[in-house]
Amino acid sequence: MIRIFKIALRNLLRYKRRTMLTSLLITLGIVLVILFSGLAGSFKAMMIGQITDSSLSQMQIHKKGYVSSIDTMPLNLTLDTNKYQKIEELLSSNTEILAWTPRIKLNAMLSNFTDTTNIRLNAINPEKEILVCPDVGSRMTFDKGREPGTLLNPGEVIIPEKLAKGMNLNIGDPIVLVANNKDGSVNGLNFKVAGVIESILGPQGKEGYMHIKDAQELLRMDEPEVIEIAIRLHNFDRLDKVYAAVSSKLTGFINKKGVPEFEIHTWDELSPFANIAIMIDFMTITMKIIMIAIVLISILNVMMMSVYERIREIGTMSAIGTSPSKIMSLFLAEGLLLGLISAIVGNIIGLGGIFILNIYKISFAFGRQENLLLSPTVNITELLWVSGIVLLIAIFASLQPAYKASRMEPVDALGHV
Amino acid sequence: MALVQIENVSKIYQTGDVEVAALSDINLSIEKSAFVSFVGPSGSGKTTMLNMIGCLDMPTKGKILVDGKQVDTFNRKERAAFRGNVIGFIFQSFNLFPVLTAYENIEYPLVLIKNEPAEKRKDMILDVLDSVGMIDQKNKFPDQLSGGQKQRIAIARALVTQPKLVMADEPTANLDKQSSINVIRLMREMKDKFGTTFIFSTHDPRIMEEAEITHTLVDGKLT
Repeated sequence: MIRIFKIALRNLLRYKRRTMLTSLLITLGIVLVILFSGLAGSFKAMMIGQITDSSLSQMQIHKKGYVSSIDTMPLNLTLDTNKYQKIEELLSSNTEILAWTPRIKLNAMLSNFTDTTNIRLNAINPEKEILVCPDVGSRMTFDKGREPGTLLNPGEVIIPEKLAKGMNLNIGDPIVLVANNKDGSVNGLNFKVAGVIESILGPQGKEGYMHIKDAQELLRMDEPEVIEIAIRLHNFDRLDKVYAAVSSKLTGFINKKGVPEFEIHTWDELSPFANIAIMIDFMTITMKIIMIAIVLISILNVMMMSVYERIREIGTMSAIGTSPSKIMSLFLAEGLLLGLISAIVGNIIGLGGIFILNIYKISFAFGRQENLLLSPTVNITELLWVSGIVLLIAIFASLQPAYKASRMEPVDALGHV
Repeated sequence: MALVQIENVSKIYQTGDVEVAALSDINLSIEKSAFVSFVGPSGSGKTTMLNMIGCLDMPTKGKILVDGKQVDTFNRKERAAFRGNVIGFIFQSFNLFPVLTAYENIEYPLVLIKNEPAEKRKDMILDVLDSVGMIDQKNKFPDQLSGGQKQRIAIARALVTQPKLVMADEPTANLDKQSSINVIRLMREMKDKFGTTFIFSTHDPRIMEEAEITHTLVDGKLT
């Protein structure tokens, strides 16, 4: 077998320019795939991180039917203390879950004593929220004198940046929030603007924040109720597995009507960015298909030319007794080596490119966020996958020419001019 | 028993609607260790005859026995294996592999056809290289050798597997006068040394003189 590869390598080097050009083309395809995968993957991971770590969370549990009517922020689809505790027990039994936090979502009227406007609010437990969405504070601007690490105290509200500008509100200004509770009664409470929060893509991206205890008081809840439980995992890559595990356990909770009491959603079911993520994946696959086409056409072309130019040589091989399978192996080895050399060079250059992109980081703006820095990475599995595909396609592309060579009748091949 | 036995062999080529008889009812036997030439004008059927005996082509009619085996019944794979084990080939254009050195060209059939172990291979190659007087040129590639030297390497490659029969179609056609004589005498020496049967075709009267037995073909028939 070593001898076959040795002969194949010599035959490749026999047509140096052609081999080099073909290899260069394949290498370029591999480099493009590695760079694109790295950049697109980095962009996707960053945007998912922004969405899940600063507002949405990785998974959410609601009372059944809440998400389908989320636009109206219904207050009657709440989880009482008993149900919340049941879910807490379920979540605490799963070691892959890092943290969870209760939330209440509500619509309210905000008044600065001159003007009144509508505001969507996310009522949170600040200590738990920071564990589930560790970057939520990075979107907020506070008074300079505020104690570091303090997200929200009772009696404080963090309002969206646009609303603050529109209502001419500054940090420290008093406001009144008025809200209807689920029975329709109205209540109002005084609050202080503790900070402003910049908007972010997707649901919950333009909401203000208040303390969950204030929300329970504003909504006149006799006992604590929550609307949403946001969840964070130790390892985001295990999301689908944990989702499946928690989901199957939640189906065990049936209400009196015999239907499931709760529903669980992952971030991608809640955020429109999931479609962009799918598009990114689609574009990455498209790049890979283009690479496959380049490899297929290049190697097929080279191998067909190689067979055509060496018909008499094939005739000699066959005449002196080389078996058809050995002749086929010789040509397959040539195609495989061409793919292998290109894959190795492509991987080295691609990794070099990723390394350089990590030194000279690419910055970009996304929505209102500017100076986002891409740190492209590519994992070993991706490299192996790309290399494996290249080698498989190289063999596949060489099959037809190699088969043709192995089927040549020696008497015809020797007589070829 | 004869090494080659040809009985009522005909070969007809179909060219469009026209049938061309390259060989007609040939009967012939060639003994072991013979040094046999086929001569005749162009188109007389010399190459076709050699192709039939060398199992490169199949007769339209008749029976061919080589080394006691009826080769005209073999399939492609069997013919390839038979050629590799029993027959050596020397070609008019030398047909050395350009990417392999002289040594590696001779080694090729031992590795890819006979699967001989490395140590045994080396001894066999050096022995045959010495016999053809090319041991000093063993590391040269074919394009670094003269025509006569290439044909010596081709003879060594044909002999290294110790075949019973060597087929040589116009082995001196691409060589100058002196080289032609040298090559044909080398073939004869090899026949004497290894006891191999040599069958070759030629146009050249000087080369014909070297043959022990000469068969003349005219219009596909032995005369």
